[in-house]
Formats: sequence, C-alpha cells, structure tokens
Amino acid sequence: MITNKKNTLFRKLNILTVIIAIILLYLIDSDIVGNQYIKRILNLCAIYTIVSVSMNLVNGFTGLFSLGQAGFMAIGAYTVAIFTVPVELRESIFYVVPQNPVLSQIQIPFFPALLIGGLLAALVAILIGMPVLRLKSDYLAIATLGFSEIIRIIFTNIKTITNGALGINRIPAIPSLELDNFNISFGPMWSIFGIAALSVLLISLLVNSSYGRAFKAIREDDIAAQAMGISPFKHKVMSFAIGAFFAGIGGGLLASLLGTVDPKQFYFTMTYNFLLIIVLGGMGSISGTVIASFIVTAGLELLRFFDEPLTLFGVNIPIFRAGLRMVIYSILLMVLVLFFRNGLLGQKELSWNAIIGWFKNKMPSHKKSEGGAL
Amino acid sequence: MTFEIFLQQLANGISVGSLYALIAIGYTMVYGILRLINFAHGDIFMMAAYFMIFSMVNFSLPWYVSTVIVIAATILLGVVIEKVAYKPLRDASRMSIMISAIGVSFLLQNLATYLFTGVPKGFPDIPFLTKAISFGNVSLSMVTVVTPIITIILLFVVLFITNKTKIGMAMRAVSKDFETAKLMGININNVISSTFVIGSGLAAIGAILWGSKYAAVMPVMGVMPGLKCFIAAVLGGIGNTTGAVIGGFILGMAEIMLVSFIPPLTGYRDAIAFVILIIVLLIKPTGLLGEKVTDKV
Amino acid sequence: MKRKISLFLCFMMVFTMFTACSNEQGTSTSEAGSDEDVIKIGVFEPLTGENGGGGLQELDGIEYANKMYPEVLGKKIQLVVVDNKSDKGEGTTSVSRLIEKDKVAAIIGSYGSGVSIAAGDIIKNAKIPAMGASCTNPMVTQGNEYYFRACFIDPFQGKVMANYALEKGAKTAAVIMQNGDDYSIGLGNFFIKSFKELTGDENSIIDVSEFQVNDTDFNSILTNIKAKNPDVIFAPSSLTTAPLIISQARDLGIKSLIMGGDTWENPSVIDVAGSDAEGIFISTFFDESNPATEEARSFIEGYREELGGKEPNIPAVAALGYDAYLLIRDAIERAGSTNGDAIKDALNSTKDFEGVTGIINFTEEGDADKNIAVIKTVENGKFKYIDTVEIK
Repeated sequence: MITNKKNTLFRKLNILTVIIAIILLYLIDSDIVGNQYIKRILNLCAIYTIVSVSMNLVNGFTGLFSLGQAGFMAIGAYTVAIFTVPVELRESIFYVVPQNPVLSQIQIPFFPALLIGGLLAALVAILIGMPVLRLKSDYLAIATLGFSEIIRIIFTNIKTITNGALGINRIPAIPSLELDNFNISFGPMWSIFGIAALSVLLISLLVNSSYGRAFKAIREDDIAAQAMGISPFKHKVMSFAIGAFFAGIGGGLLASLLGTVDPKQFYFTMTYNFLLIIVLGGMGSISGTVIASFIVTAGLELLRFFDEPLTLFGVNIPIFRAGLRMVIYSILLMVLVLFFRNGLLGQKELSWNAIIGWFKNKMPSHKKSEGGAL
Repeated sequence: MTFEIFLQQLANGISVGSLYALIAIGYTMVYGILRLINFAHGDIFMMAAYFMIFSMVNFSLPWYVSTVIVIAATILLGVVIEKVAYKPLRDASRMSIMISAIGVSFLLQNLATYLFTGVPKGFPDIPFLTKAISFGNVSLSMVTVVTPIITIILLFVVLFITNKTKIGMAMRAVSKDFETAKLMGININNVISSTFVIGSGLAAIGAILWGSKYAAVMPVMGVMPGLKCFIAAVLGGIGNTTGAVIGGFILGMAEIMLVSFIPPLTGYRDAIAFVILIIVLLIKPTGLLGEKVTDKV
Repeated sequence: MKRKISLFLCFMMVFTMFTACSNEQGTSTSEAGSDEDVIKIGVFEPLTGENGGGGLQELDGIEYANKMYPEVLGKKIQLVVVDNKSDKGEGTTSVSRLIEKDKVAAIIGSYGSGVSIAAGDIIKNAKIPAMGASCTNPMVTQGNEYYFRACFIDPFQGKVMANYALEKGAKTAAVIMQNGDDYSIGLGNFFIKSFKELTGDENSIIDVSEFQVNDTDFNSILTNIKAKNPDVIFAPSSLTTAPLIISQARDLGIKSLIMGGDTWENPSVIDVAGSDAEGIFISTFFDESNPATEEARSFIEGYREELGGKEPNIPAVAALGYDAYLLIRDAIERAGSTNGDAIKDALNSTKDFEGVTGIINFTEEGDADKNIAVIKTVENGKFKYIDTVEIK
C-alpha cells in the first residue's frame, strides 16, 4: 500500500515538474521572464545536453572511450549551414571560392536539414566504426580523436562545399513554429528544448531496452557478453552511430543558434567539454549528464567575473584578469577527476526516491554532493 | 624540383622528424610502464620553453646555465604532475587516469595563457644554434643540423639506461608485468618517477631545440606536436624507444614530403599524422618494432 | 579525513569568491539601475586566444579615449569589457551578454573580423549600433545597418599592397595565407586580384599556399616558394605566425621582399623575429610621425606618455580604438539620447569627423571612407614610416 501511495505521489510530482518546466519555457521564450542572454545560455545548455547524453551513451553505457564527438557535431553543423542558407546569399558568403554550382541551388528547410545532418553523422560513424571499433580503450580514444581531426581538416580544405576556413555565416535562426488557428507561435527555444527532451527520452528508453542491457554487458566484459550471445561488434557500431546521430543533431542546432560555423570551432578540444560534463554527471547516468550540462555551461558564464578586474576595498586585485576563469575551470575539473571520480550520480539515476532519501540523509553526503555540483 | 630544393626539403624533414622523435621517447616510456597516454606531455614541453625564456630573458643567465636549470625545472614539473594527478588514480580505470591527463593538459594550457597571455613570446637567441650555414644553395640554421645528432646521442643514452642500469632493468620489468614486478620487490613508485624524469628531461631538450628553430613560444604550441609525437610512438611500436625515434623521423619526413611533392595538399598536412595512425592501428597495432603483447585490458 | 578537509577548504575558497563577486556585481548593477548618470558602452575584444595581443592593444586605445573624454550628455561613460577569446561561439555569447545583461548603448569591437561577422546578426537584431575599430573584412558591415567601422577594408588594403609591390619593381609574387582566418584569406585574395590586374599578367602570382591554424613550421611551404623565386612574398597573417614566416624564410636564404598587412604592426613581431624582421613592409592605418589632424597631434603626445615606453610605437589599432570610441561618443552626443536607432542615424550623418587616423565619413555600408594608407618598414628594430599611399 505504502509503495503504491508513494508511486502515485511520484507520478504527480513528475507531472508537476513537467508542467513547471513548460511554464518556465513559455515565460522565457516569450520574453516575459529573463532576456536574450539568458535564453541564449539556456539554449546552449540544452544543446550541450543532447551532445553530452549521446556521448555518455557511447562512453558511459557502452564503455567505448570515444573522443570523436566534435567531428560528428561538425558534420551536423555543416549540413545545416550548407543547406539552410538562402540561395541568394550564397554568392556573398562564398566570396573567395564560389560554391559548387549544384549545391548552391539547393535550399532545404531547417528541420529536414537537421535530420539529414544527424543521419550523415551516423553514416560516417558507421563507416569509421567498422574498422576502428575493434580497438580498445586508449587506442580507440586516440583513433576517434584522429578521425574527428581528419573530418575537421577535410572541411577546412573542401572550399567549394564548406567555404573552407572562412566558415559559413548568416545561417538563418531556427524557425518559429506557428499555429495559426490558435495564434500561438513557438520560438526556437521550444524546438531546441523539445529536441533535447526527445533525445534524452529516446536515449533513456534505449538504455533500458534489451539493446541497452547488451551495451552495459559489453561495457562490463565483452568476452562474457559474447559468450551470452551478444555480438559486441554489432552493438558497439550501433551505439557509436546513435551517439554520432545525436551529436550531429546537436551540431546542427548549434550552427543555427550561433548563426555561423567554421572548422576552428570543432577543434578536438571541444570534445573535452563534453567529457568534463559526463565525468561530472557520472559515466552511465543520464540524469546526471543533463544536470551537469546545465551546471557546466551556465557555470562557465558565471565564472566570467574572474576575467573582470576586481577592486576590493579600493584595492585592485591584480590576479583578476582575462584568462583566470579558464584556470579556475580547469582546476575544478582536476579536483573533480581526482576526488569525485564517480561524478554527481555515478551510474545511478535521479529519482524522487533518491531525492527524498538525500534530504533525509543528513549532513555529510549532503555537503559533498553540493560541493560536487560546483 | 631541383636537386638542391630536394636536399633542402630533406633537411627540413629530418630536423622536424628528430624533434618529434625526442618528444616521442617520453610518450613511449610512460605508455610502456603506465599504459597511459600522457596527454600533458606536449604541455610539459610547452612549459619548458617558457622556463627557458624566464631564465634567459628575465634572469639573463647564459644559455648553458639556463639549459641545466630548465631541464631540472621541467623534470620537477613532470614528476609533480605524476605524483599529484596520476598516482592517486593508479587503481582507477584507464579511462579515469586518461581523463586526468587531459585535465592536466587543459590546466597547463590555461595557466600559460593566463600567466603569459596568448601573445607569442620570442625565444631567446642561442647564437651557437641560430647561426645560419649554407651548402651551395641549401641554407640551414645550425639547429637543423644539430637536432638529429643530439636526438641520436640521447637515444643511445636512454637505451643505455634501460638496458644496462639497475633502474632500467626495473623499468623493463615493470613494463612487462606491473603486478609481478611489484611482487618481486621493485619499488614501483621509483620506477615510475624515473620514467617521468627521463621523459620530461627529453621534452625540455626538445623544447630548447624547438624554440631555437621556430623562435616563438605560445601556450598552444604543445598541442599538435604532443599528439603527433604520440602517433610517432604508436607508429614505431609503443613502449619501444628505438621505435619511437624511427616513428618520429618517418612522420616528419612524411609531412614534409607531402607538402613538397604535392603542394595542393598542403592543407592536409596535419591530417597525415592521423591517417598514418589509423592505418597502423588497423594493420599492425603493435607498430613497426613493437613486440606482441597479450591484451591486458 | 585529510581529503575532506582539503576539499572543504577548496570549496570555501570558491564560495567566498562567488559571494565576494556577487556582492561586487550587486553594487555595480544597482548603480546602473538606480543611477541614470552612467552610459554604458560595451567593448568586446579578444584578450586571450590567438588574437589576444592585438585585442589588448586596441583595448588600451579605447580605455585611453575613455580617460580623455569620460562624459557625454552630461553623464559618465562606463566601459564594459568582455573577452571573446578570439572564438566565434564565445564572441556571440559575450555580445549578447553586453546587450542583454549590461544593457549597453553601443558596442566597440572586435579585433579580428571573424568574431565581428559572427556577432553581426545579434547586433542587428538588437538594434544596438556597433563600431568596429580594426576589422577590415568587407562582410562585417555588409547588409548590417547597425555595424560601422573606423578603418579601411581589405579590398583597399590589398590594392595598396599590390600597388606598392609594383612600385618596388616586383613582377612576380607569392602569397601565403592562413587557412582559418577570414582576415588573412580575405586580404590575400584581394591582393592576388589587384596584383593580377595591375601587372596585367594572369601568371604573375606564382605561388599561393595556405597553412593551418596552429602551424609553426613553414619551412616546406617556403622551400617551395624559394624554388620559384618570387620578387615579393605577401603573407597577411596573425601576429602569432608573422615572425615565424619571416624568420624561417630568411633562414632558408630567401631574399624576396616580404610584405604583410596591418596586423604585423606589433612589437612582438620584431621581438620574436629579431634581425630577420629588418626590411619587411606593412600597410597600416596610422603613423605617429605624420599626424593627420589636430586630434591626432594631441593623441600622439598624450598616448606616448600613457604608454610610458611600454611599446616603442603607438600601434595603429590603439589609434583606431581611440577613434572608434570618439565616433560613438560623438554620435551619442548628436543623437541626444542612447536610443540605438538614434545613435545609428547620427553615425550615418557623421560628417568630416576629425579622428586620429584622418577625416572620417561613412560610406553607405558603414565603412570609414578612407583613401589613405600608410606604408611602414622595419629598420634597426623599429617600425619606420615610409610613405602615405592614396588610392582613388
């Protein structure tokens, strides 16, 4: 009986959270609360969530140490950039080397382009994965990193398609969805958060399906998994490709949000940001990754004051200058890696049970998790 | 292409290759013992270059004194990094320790950007190294000629240490079998520290030669050489010192030859290292000179 | 236990920093909110990253201008500076931060055209006028009525250098560009175009090479160029790579003239390249030995003192930063308000503004209508004025 009651309570709480989230989203999107700056950061958080969760699927759940996320994002971002920029603007953007005459006539609406971007990323992942996924741990890491760099270097060099290093500017913003009958319009934020929610949902469904269990079996011991009749190779490629698909989607959204792409953005160090997020959230925890994405992305903006000159009691403190923010950020990363190896949630998921337990369980653990959240 | 131009390119290739080789030794030794890609190695190299600027420009010490100080300081940095960032994770998964290495690399880069700004600093002039010499139409700076020689000498020194000394024997034992070596009473911590001492020392020498050749020092200078030297180590057979040197030379030559024989592909120069890496990993993961080891993972 | 204590201390430290700074921020926002005596102008410049050096110089000029002319419409002008890390993503967030969080009336920046182009749309949508100081790529102001700039643009600069190369008797040229930099690619291509037109010879450009962002080794590219022996090497690039190209070229025994763009006018180029930098030619916006206006005379005097020997020359970007600030201030004064559109209209109607870098009027696109560039060389470890080139 008690558990039943508890369950209905939790279900109500779930619905309540979703409703609150939607109301918040509405208030922010329609500019009643907050401003463009906050909106921008939240959108970035949501995009980072998509990419990080997909990276966690590969690294945390399947145990493949892949560092290729930036490359797959680049594929998604460029697909959106190439196909959504209005045809009449192409000439002024490709002002050094004209665009490929066939491509320069093709314009696709945003959502199909986004999907194509994701699919292309997945396709490339399958092609790369076939040979590379036979490698183990750090060899795999360095090989995927290598592929991500190769993708970036190719994009830098095929100028008739990608405009080379100049990048593509004037990418239209994500279109608003209009519902004429009701006179409501859903701004870009709805699309980004909608896609993020959908991605998280799909990945958590996948993780809890029989495929997900196979992924986890491979992570723990792929020889044993093989003995159980699971084909490690097939599942590895699958996880890798799905991860790449969502990274591509994330990249496409990012391109549209920033309005500009260039190869430099997708330097392999970009992947480290996502690595930090999944380490903080907990390798193998989806809810942890979501929370960590928001903490890290918003946190980096919050830490910005470290870059500003600071005057305390009329004395200018000289250590506060440009660059300090990133030093603090990397020190926090090191503390995290050394002392909180399991991140916020380890392999656990956030649930109401856990939250209530957490509040009941008093000080020590409480303090610690709060510290980790920084 | 005239013969002289070819010679010039050949010299370029050998000199870039020997610099790669010098740094690759550090990678290969650390990997051989800890099975860790020390991502911070390239940044230790970068810090060494800044140390050199400090001691020669800010303290105006002569270059030979500075060289000694810089090598000592870099070794200290390498050992401290090992003690702080890698040692506590010795029992953790390989993924954790590698993330820690990435973290250290990130920290060193950001620290350097913060302390020295992103503006490139001029590397102090070591007259003996920067002197230009020319053979007919081929002109080289002294450092281009000296680097391969130093690399070869240092290779023999390292080979001597690993093959003939007691600590070297311990190193080989640890890299063969970590657990058994421990049981045999080998002081693992000492062995690991000495690996970092040798690796960082070579990185410091590499940094001095690199600085004399390219004249500019900046916070991101270690990133690409770092990755490429790891690739050189993999190419030569990771864990094998001679292999790392050969790998370095091959990689340097491949890059230069790509640019000189197929100029339209200049843009792909950085990609070639990764292409080589992937080919090696797929065809012969043990590299050119690596011995077959049973998978410990 | 030890671990816990150390952690606790660590977080205490971070927390105190947070609280200290949020207090700080709290007071400063309340100042701006309650006290209408401040007009905020945002400055977004690369203070770290690849273009950090130039960004800092430009910022110095802007801050000096703020010191000289601290008020407009009877209110104090407060500069809000953000670092865009020479990164487009970071650039867009930092600009939107300036507009939304700091509510600036106008924006100055950025050094490096790529970041400015990326931020352009946000500026346009927010209807906040922006003034580029030294971003020379035409795309910055194209189709953006809110973006202006105080400098000339790349096609002009490319033409100037091509002209000068010809004047020096060059018949063939090699171009080295940085693949990854709008500025470098833009300027390089405009040079190629002009040089071909001027020589009337399609084959006068005998080599075009591109290098990657973090390249430090140009020996192989330069050896290829050496084989073709051009009269001139034109290598517009960031100041990080400039000294490397110069000294490696000289080490290889290349005797050709080496020319670069305005980014090279930085002491760090001479510092790093040493004696190899002697005899290079650059085009730039401004020269201190030859003041164009009255404003310039007083600026040169005052700014030299301000620098106090920190740098041997007044960098052109500092002068442009100074001009950018004055142009914005002048427009706010004439507009009589801090309304974005009013400032924009005032900027558009700027007439014969006496800046440090010459008389400034704006073209329809919002570019400073300048037809003068300064050519400098390096002599005895210093930049030296050679000529002022005028192109109709």
